[in-house]
Formats: sequence, C-alpha cells, structure tokens
Amino acid sequence: MLTISNLHAQIEDGAEILKGINLEIKPGEVHAIMGPNGSGKSTLSSVIAGKEDYEVTQGEIDFENENLLEMGPDERAHKGIFLSFQYPVEIPGVTVTNFIKTAINETRKAQGLEEMGASEMLRLIRENAEKLGIRKDFLSRSLNEGFSGGEKKRNEIFQMMMLNPKLAILDETDSGLDIDALRIVADGVNAFKNENNAVLVITHYQRLLDYIVPDFVHVLSNGKIIKSGGKELAHELEARGYDWVIEEAAI
Amino acid sequence: MIDLKENLVSRHLVFNEKNQKNKWIDDLRHEAIEIFDKEGFPNKKNEEWKYTNLAPLLKTDYKLFPESEEISIGYQDVKRYFIHDMDAYNIVFVNGVYSSYMSDTTHEEADICVLSSAMNKMVHQSVIENYYSKIASKDDGLISLNTAFFKDGAYIYVPDKVVLSKPVQIMFFSTAKENEVMYHPRNLIVLGNNSQAQIIERHQTLNGKANLTNSVTEIHVGKNSELDYYKIQNDTEEASLIDNTFVEQERDSRVSFQTFSFGGKLTRNNLNFVQNGENCNSLLNGVTVIGGSQHVDHHTKVVHKFPNCESHELYKGIYDENSHGVFNGKVFVHPEAQKLNAFQQNNNVLLTDKAEIDTKPQLEIFADDVKCSHGCTVGQLDETALFYMQQRGIPKKEAKALLLYAFAADVLEHVQLPQIKKRITTLIAQKLGVKIDFDL
Repeated sequence: MLTISNLHAQIEDGAEILKGINLEIKPGEVHAIMGPNGSGKSTLSSVIAGKEDYEVTQGEIDFENENLLEMGPDERAHKGIFLSFQYPVEIPGVTVTNFIKTAINETRKAQGLEEMGASEMLRLIRENAEKLGIRKDFLSRSLNEGFSGGEKKRNEIFQMMMLNPKLAILDETDSGLDIDALRIVADGVNAFKNENNAVLVITHYQRLLDYIVPDFVHVLSNGKIIKSGGKELAHELEARGYDWVIEEAAI
Repeated sequence: MIDLKENLVSRHLVFNEKNQKNKWIDDLRHEAIEIFDKEGFPNKKNEEWKYTNLAPLLKTDYKLFPESEEISIGYQDVKRYFIHDMDAYNIVFVNGVYSSYMSDTTHEEADICVLSSAMNKMVHQSVIENYYSKIASKDDGLISLNTAFFKDGAYIYVPDKVVLSKPVQIMFFSTAKENEVMYHPRNLIVLGNNSQAQIIERHQTLNGKANLTNSVTEIHVGKNSELDYYKIQNDTEEASLIDNTFVEQERDSRVSFQTFSFGGKLTRNNLNFVQNGENCNSLLNGVTVIGGSQHVDHHTKVVHKFPNCESHELYKGIYDENSHGVFNGKVFVHPEAQKLNAFQQNNNVLLTDKAEIDTKPQLEIFADDVKCSHGCTVGQLDETALFYMQQRGIPKKEAKALLLYAFAADVLEHVQLPQIKKRITTLIAQKLGVKIDFDL
C-alpha cells in the first residue's frame, strides 16, 4: 500500500531531518514508529501528508502504485491518506459539522462520487460521535477552538472515522489523553481497522500500543530507521529506553 | 489638461436655469456652487484624503448626465441586481433619471417616491425644509457639489408609528456608453417617532464607460424608531463611488448600517452618525472583499452627545492582489455623553505582499464615565490551518475561502433579512472564486 524508499527530506533552511527512510506498509497492518524527541517522527508524517515546509531531496513515496510526491496535500487526502495531527489547528468560525461535511463532499467530488445526502451525513455523524462519546453541542462548536487537548485528539479520530481513509497516520495521538480518553480513542481506531486499511502509529511512549497493538515496531533515530521488530520491541524500549538501540546501531 | 472643477463651476449656470425648482432650492444651489468653487475637490494634502487619491479620477471631463443616450433597459436586464426574492418597494434611477416603469413606490403607509417630485408638492414641503441640506455638512466641497448639481434621488418619509410592511430598495443604474458621466444622486430619508424601516441601496454600472458617482444621503431617525440600512457595492472596474451618508438619531432610536464592498474602481464611504438624544444605539458594520487594483476606503464618524448611548463598529476586510483598503474610524464623545459604551474593531487579511491596508482608529473622549474600546489587526492567512484543511481533502482554494468566510462571518450575523444574507454570502463566494454552500 505505502512504500517509502530512501527518503531524504530537509527543512527550508537546509537542515536534513530525514536521512534515508525505508518503510513498507501493507493492507491490514498496524505499524508503530517510536523514537526519542527530535528523531524525525513528526517530519516523516508531515512529509507523507504533503506539508510544504519540507523539501524531499531524494527517494520516493508510492501509495497504491502512485507517486505521492507529485500530489498536493488535498489530493493525497482524496487518495485515502489521513493524518491525525499532533497539534490540531483551531479554526474559528467553522463548526465541526460544517468542516467535516465540506471535507467529505470535497473528497467525494474529487473521487467522482455524488455528494453525500444530508440524512446519511447526519446518521454517520451521530453514529461516530456516539462511539467516541462526543456530545452533540460539541459538533456545533468552532473546530478545535477552546477544545482541551483530549477533546482535540478525540475530534481527530472522529474525523478519521468519518472520512474512512485507507491509511491513517496517528501522530502522537496519545499525548494529552488521560487513560479513559486513551481507551475510547483506541477503541475507535480498533473499530476502524480492517484487512483493507492500515494504521501508522507515531508515538514516543509504548502506552498507546497496549491498546492499538502493532504488527511491526520501528525505531527512528536521527532521521533513520535503526531497528525494526514485532510488538515486543515496544515493551523492551519502554523498559530499557532508546539508548541501547542507538548504541547497537552505531556498532 | 482639463480642469474639472472650473468646468463644473462654469456649467452650473446653464444647469440651474434648466432645472429650476423653487427659490429656496435655487438659493441652496447657488450657495453650494460657491462653496464648491472655494473648497474644490479634496486632495492628498487633506488629512482625511491622505490614503485615497481622487486626482486620477478627476482627469476626465465628465458629462453631468448622458443626455443624448436612449435608455433601453428593462427589469429583466437588471433583475439580478435586485434582491428579487423578496417583496419590496423599489425606487429605480437610470442614468440619474427616475424610471417609473421599474419602480414600485407608494404614498399609502408612507411616502416612498422621488425627491425631485416631492420638492414640488406642498404636502412634503415642511419635511423637506426641515431636513434637506440640514443634516449633511455644508462646508464640504463634494457635498456642495452634490447640492449644486443634484437632479434626483429617493425620498422616503415614514410617519410616526408606522412599521414599513416591506423593505425599500434604492437602485441607481448607469448605462452610459458614449460618455464618461458624473452622477450626483441625493436621498432624503426621514423616519418619524416609533417607526421602522429597512432600506437597501445599490449603484450599478451596466456598461464599460467610466463613471463617478458623488452621492449624498441624509437620514433622520425619530424617537424610538428603528432603521436597518444595507449598502451593496459590487460595481464594475470602471465605476467609482464617493458615498456621503449622514445619519441623525433622536433619543431611544436604533440604527444599523451595513456596507458590503466587493467591487468598483474606487469606493469611498463617508459614514457620519450624530446621536441627538439619550439611549441611542448605532451599529456600523462592513465587509470588504476586493482584488485587482481596487480601492475601498471606509471613513466613519460617530458623535456621541448624550448619556446612556451605544455604538458598535465592526469592519472586516480581505485584500487580494494589488488592492488597497483604508479604514478610519472616528468616535467623538462630548462631556455630557456619560455611561457610553463604544466599541470599534477593524480586522484585515492581506492575501498578497502587494495588497495594502491603512487603518486608523481615532477616539476623542471628553467624558470620564465611559466604556470605549478599539482595536485593529492586519494578518495573513494561517498556513498551518490551510495545510490542516487540505489534509482533510479540502482543496487550497476552497480552504482559503472557508477560512476567509469564517473570518467575515461574525459581521454577517447582524444581517436581519435572510435574503440579503444569502445574497451577500453568494457574492463573497463569487468574489473568492469558489462554489461552496457555506450555510451547510
């Protein structure tokens, strides 16, 4: 589904952040990328989603056999890529409902589908809001404006469920969540998950991975994946920290 | 090089002979042309005109009316400029001349007709003599020029205790193809006590020839009356408008004035409020969305003279390409105007490096127990927000439009007539080049 090969990316002032990433994600898989602060985790998710602040200097990203790097962020979204933001943006004056309706219908328009009818939209909104324990009045509030950290993250997962992407990238979705909220969010992701889509979890801590169980765990350090393994690698990192992996890789 | 001022002054004699009314009006015209001769057009040395340069517009030797041209437009040709999906009184002018066949006037619940004919009828004399040329300032060159050359405009008189059954639309169309024309429309609107009215005003050019409209509107709102006024400005790239509006409020009255500026070459709105009694409420709102090399200037002035009054002012502007916006908001608080609540805000978004906004709040407060606030902001579109929206599948253009629409939305909340709100929303979407149903 997603194939990243030898990906190098830099920020505008020329500092290289990603230094040769290789990653393959197949349908039905859950991957986790872990790593210390500043290792390039968020940069990787931004580059996949198409943020213009980064320049890809080498390498490729293919998504379902199409070159992702030639597409704008909105086109990537239309192909089925969703990024749950670490810091969701506040958009005053645009309600959650208005925003999600626009997002869904713009996506459907791009995919050559009819706009979704109002009653179906309402049903979907109600259904997904209920799953995540989102109150009705919350949906008529301005997007993310004055939301708590937990509410913002829950709202990201709500949008993911509404848009039903093929690949969901969850960037530090666990930060700002208490244990109950974490469980609700994880339940949402697990309900969304099926054999045709994939999830890429980006996290500093192993905590979230107790609820969203990964098939593969990758350690990112200084812009490279230095170790990959199964879910047990996450536990080992939690117990021993990152230093031993970094040292091991240096040898 | 032509000297428009000299030309106008010398043409006045002929104009006045052709358009004689009565001694009172003729005297006013004489007086006015003398003031114009003395004051002339404002130039950039005048502090009030520092950021709006009329000089390029004054190089044209305008005709005063497109005399030889045949007027051949029908309602169907211009229907789209009306708010046509609601029942309304219409007062329509084409090339400065009243068009009876496109108008729908009345003398029943109120007088909704044309000023030129009202001036010839005894029944309207006392109202006209009490208010005509009494509310607008007299020492101003442009206003004097209007008084000297005015031929027609709307006359609205709503008697005491009358709530108008439907809104009034005042439309000025220009069809001049042969000559550049300068128009001087003049409106007089008087609301008695305990009455209510809703008015929409629009100036629209239908052909490519340049024109300049120097409009004056005088408004008197009686005790405990309510006026809701909308100006829709979406004219062609060749049309310029200087709008001089004066509002005088009696005690317990409420006036809301909303100006939507989306087009025209140069638009200058001089909006002046005087509160002549206690417990007055004035609302001045505006949304400007322009691009190209368009220029929109809002000069507002609110004079508070009595206690327990309020004024709320909110102007938002979106400037694309090389467009230029100006906002100057004056609030004068006399020593007697205690317990006042005055709020002023001007927020702007510049979409390019070449777009420009000059914004200046100007508060002069001589009372001590008042609440006055003002603020202005100039910003760009939030790139992070754009990326966020794009990531959710909303294309950049639509994302921009949605952000800008959200930016302007709190001004639109005060639009009382749903048909106008819908029209304004459509015009904003059009202006931003998107097809989004904003009212999802």
